[in-house]
Amino acid sequence: MEALKQELKEKIIDVLNLEDIAVEDVNDNDPLFGDGLGLDSIDALELIVMLDKDYGIKLADPKEGKAIFQSIETMAKYISENRTK
Amino acid sequence: MANNYFITDHCIIEKGKVLHNGQEVFAMPEAAFPDFAKQAYKHLNTDYAKFFKMDNLSKLSFLAADILLKEYIADGSNNTALLFANSSSSLDTDVKYNDSIADKDDYFPSPAVFVYTLPNICMGEISIKHKLYTENSFFIFEAFNPEFFAAYAQALLDTAKADRVLCGWVDFLKDDYKAFMYLVSKEQGTAHTKENIQTLYNN
Repeated sequence: MEALKQELKEKIIDVLNLEDIAVEDVNDNDPLFGDGLGLDSIDALELIVMLDKDYGIKLADPKEGKAIFQSIETMAKYISENRTK
Repeated sequence: MANNYFITDHCIIEKGKVLHNGQEVFAMPEAAFPDFAKQAYKHLNTDYAKFFKMDNLSKLSFLAADILLKEYIADGSNNTALLFANSSSSLDTDVKYNDSIADKDDYFPSPAVFVYTLPNICMGEISIKHKLYTENSFFIFEAFNPEFFAAYAQALLDTAKADRVLCGWVDFLKDDYKAFMYLVSKEQGTAHTKENIQTLYNN
């Protein structure tokens, strides 16, 4: 799980072009949206694409994203339980 | 075309150089655009984290606009209309997006790329940063068209749609790019004529 969290932090910074943020700056329970990393709605769509592309997870209901993308911790838990690749 | 308006500031970004009113303020002539833009952003204290999410056309437009608008917006004068044009539309990003969906076995369209497949998005980025709730229009021409810019900017000012107009030719395709922007208002400066606009563009 720790390796997956580290991987997610690296991927999110890279995919979402978070130029001013380092992996060390992202805590496992920091909110990804709002006051945390400050991600926006387009970033949310990009994360849905990343789940599909890298972990073989298709979100049938985009509303699920709100709970899944709360933090690195919640993302890692969901991915580890649902990944197909 | 005689009028009571003046060009108060202008900026050119091309070939790895940033010129403000004819003075070089940053240069990295050997660098590819992404690296040049990143370093120019830092050097010019642009301070807008979402800059790094933008496509090339928006980065180019945003940098040039920020140089010209900083002092006016700080002044509280934000009734500034945006009048932009280019010849390549958003083709630079359109091609990238098309490449990302060309392989049906590896089909993952990127929402973050897709949102930039319209040229006028760059004006939205500028308006958000500088809190502009003003007129904005983006036109496509085969080549730079000073007569159109002069007439349209004058119409915006004559009809009191804006106190100031930020005019911009912003074109980006592959490794070729140019931003030429200038501000027009009643404040004293260079006479607002198509000849002067063309001369500043050529410099």
